[in-house]
Amino acid sequence: MESELKLRRSLLYVPGNMPSMLQNVSIFDADAVQLDLEDAVPLAEKDAARILVRKFLDGYTKRRQEVFVRINGLDTSYAEDDLREILPARPDGIRLPKADTPEVVEHLDTLLTEFEESHNVPLGHFKIIPSIETAYAVLHVFDVARASDRIVALAFGAEDYTASMEIQRTKGGEELFTARNHVLWAAKASGVQAIDSIFADVDDVEGLRRETELVKKLGFIGKSLVNPRQIEIVHDIFRPQQDEIDYALEVMEAISRARELGTGVISLRGRMVDAPVVKRAARMLKTAVSMGLVAEDAVDLSDEMIHGVL
Amino acid sequence: MDITRKASAGTVQSSDLMVFVEPASTLEVDIESTVKQQFEGLIRERVMANLARLGVSHGRLRISDRGALDYAIDARIETALRRAAVKMETSEVVP
Amino acid sequence: MVKNSLGRDIPETWCGRALEPYEDPFSRLPDLDRAPRRLKRHNPGDKKLLGSLREAIEAVGLKDGMTIATHHHLRNGDALLNQVVSEIDAMGIRDIGIASSSIHPVHAALIPFIKKGTITRFECGVNGLIAELVSKGQLKCPITVRSHGGRARSLVDGEVRVDVAFIAAPCCDPLGNMNGTEGPSACGSLGYAFTDAEYAHAVVAVTDNLVPYPAMPTSIPQHLVDFVVQVETLGDPSKIVSTTTRITRDPAGLQIARYAADVIDAAGLIKDGFSFQTGAGGTSLAVADNIKQKMAEKGVKGSFGCGGITGYFVEMLEQGFFRSLLDVQCFDLAAVASIGRNTAHQEISANLYANPFNRGAVVNQLDCVILGATEVDVDFNVNVNTESTGYLLHNTGGHCDTAAGAKLSVIVAPALRGRLPIVRERVTTVTTPGDTIDVIVTERGIAVNPRRPGLAEQLRAARLPVVDIHALHAEVCGITGTPRDVEFEDEIVALIEYRDGTIIDTVRRVAR
Repeated sequence: MESELKLRRSLLYVPGNMPSMLQNVSIFDADAVQLDLEDAVPLAEKDAARILVRKFLDGYTKRRQEVFVRINGLDTSYAEDDLREILPARPDGIRLPKADTPEVVEHLDTLLTEFEESHNVPLGHFKIIPSIETAYAVLHVFDVARASDRIVALAFGAEDYTASMEIQRTKGGEELFTARNHVLWAAKASGVQAIDSIFADVDDVEGLRRETELVKKLGFIGKSLVNPRQIEIVHDIFRPQQDEIDYALEVMEAISRARELGTGVISLRGRMVDAPVVKRAARMLKTAVSMGLVAEDAVDLSDEMIHGVL
Repeated sequence: MDITRKASAGTVQSSDLMVFVEPASTLEVDIESTVKQQFEGLIRERVMANLARLGVSHGRLRISDRGALDYAIDARIETALRRAAVKMETSEVVP
Repeated sequence: MVKNSLGRDIPETWCGRALEPYEDPFSRLPDLDRAPRRLKRHNPGDKKLLGSLREAIEAVGLKDGMTIATHHHLRNGDALLNQVVSEIDAMGIRDIGIASSSIHPVHAALIPFIKKGTITRFECGVNGLIAELVSKGQLKCPITVRSHGGRARSLVDGEVRVDVAFIAAPCCDPLGNMNGTEGPSACGSLGYAFTDAEYAHAVVAVTDNLVPYPAMPTSIPQHLVDFVVQVETLGDPSKIVSTTTRITRDPAGLQIARYAADVIDAAGLIKDGFSFQTGAGGTSLAVADNIKQKMAEKGVKGSFGCGGITGYFVEMLEQGFFRSLLDVQCFDLAAVASIGRNTAHQEISANLYANPFNRGAVVNQLDCVILGATEVDVDFNVNVNTESTGYLLHNTGGHCDTAAGAKLSVIVAPALRGRLPIVRERVTTVTTPGDTIDVIVTERGIAVNPRRPGLAEQLRAARLPVVDIHALHAEVCGITGTPRDVEFEDEIVALIEYRDGTIIDTVRRVAR
């Protein structure tokens, strides 16, 4: 439940074999970082990158954001070594590339569970974000989404998807429309978040802005990013508008009254305020609080208030 | 235990280092660094602590450092030594 | 040896000069008249145009022991100082002091002349190899580092007597009217040369672009100029100005720039009439870019942008974000073009810009200045002169002048560069006293000088990451480890003079 409301507007990729980037992680405002052992690392340096990431994470104790590690695909010979090396450094989760089938996710889930059991880590500590990045994956995304309780979000990967479709990715994104919706439907139907793909052209600020506005409209709550310069733009677009904030505050006030009265449902401006409306309002306000648009003590966003009696 | 063949690890980017290792009958550590004047002592301490942790008692190490922090020094030494087929004795973290 | 108020050891005398230790930024008062300059008569028909530098040196009567000056508007493209010194040397003149506005790496060509005693002292800051060799003790040549305002002051109050100023004039007529905006060596503002033209005992205009009388527009007028010399070239235009100055792409630099702009905003300074100075570094430009966005959002029109001017500031002028630019030095081609085109882009002298001993310097009107640092310390002192190696490598520029003048002085610097900590227990050399620094902005937090408790409150209220400077120092050293202190000999190779003429620090020879 908690992770559904977690802010994941920006999931910044950081190349796993570059100390100059890794050691800046603590200054980035991204909601999460994805330390990359996969595409950013040449085959000959896989061993070096996983050791570097491990050593870096060992020392990065006061973490400023969620830390995911993108391991190599489970169909490669690197993935299990990746996990063996980096799990002891306790990342928050794994970004799993090429999550084409539920079996792949189940396999990772098993490996994580085994590690948790043998290393005294609370069961379920490690989260999973599967990458939906092939035509096959898009067709199986609903099953993938339900393959593990560890999944907190589905991440669409447009670069590999268009490659698998043998088409060009365009800045308009028309070619991605249906695939994005598939990912969104699976995410919403399974109660997990949906994260959109990277926007590779770092210098095209307007293009990033347009694409982020589009995917926000569709239902994505965040994007994977390739450069820290993209963080501020994406956060800006996911910034709640004042009328949205005002309405959300009214919703929380209404539900707070309802909780006092011992009822779970109440109406506001003639419309029923039920659980989904409250969750939506709470998510909005969490974003607003994190951006300084609403004072932290102005509203009660405890799980108890959001979900009723726990 | 022993460095059985030549190996290297790291890159020449800033904040990184290159580590070159090769078999030798004694333990030799040679350090070049862009911050040698300020940090040679600390770098050497770190290298020696890693060698002790990994149970390496002889071999020749050449470090070419471009201002790497301790975690990167640890990582590159460990990578170079694993590539040189050193058998790991322990995996404790350097203090 | 006495300790100044910052605890730095200052000798009573150095190279024959009695020294006054630094006390505080604002109280030292001048008690003397402006430096005199002999009158001269110029009659109808008198000619100033001479055939060569040698003729000019002979005509002004340059002798052993005298001091010459040039300006540094041609920066690392300057060919004049090397030409002049080489000519002086060929004429057998020795023991010459150089009091230029700055010395650049291109002037490493002077090293042989220092070794043979043609040049025996620098009354100005030195960038590059000469200073490094002096720091190492490999070159004997005492250096007195002065800020832009301090140099102007030292000419005005007579602390430094410039016997001959050789002024590189990108556009000049036979009577010595000149400007910096036209010709192959165009450099824009001639701000640093104004003071020389008024206070040097002889002024030689040197040009590679002699135009018919009168040169228009006129920056420095003929009545201040003794002689005019035409040379083939003043320098390498490609090194005089940069073609572009770019906003940084470094994530740490961008984070610092965002924080810095938020600091200025939270301090309540972004309102109509806002005045602002920043340098040409990538992070400084990123701050300016963020400030511009905030000004646009609020519909604010500033009064003036100041300092070394870049194309970025020109854009802000032309887009209406500032009413004017006060320009002591142009940093790029866009600034050079603008100063010839925009009447609200005004050339100002170093004296007007930053001299503490006049009837009011521009720096005192600044709301905010953004400054860089090589090191800062827990007392907010800033070093831009020496590197972590202990070598003197950089001139002060307007650093301590603007810090003293501006309502809000902001240091932007990474907390660490590679493995080198920038936040130190004690800076190697004090360029600018902590008393005049309000905020240090790093990517790992913002330290506010305890002298400004109200400001710290404003920043916290704006949810900015305010940190205690000692905590920041501890965090940084935790990441990098504590570097070994540079070891110095007792021998003093350079003085760091504060803008008011007191000595804020010394630079000692680095031990081998």
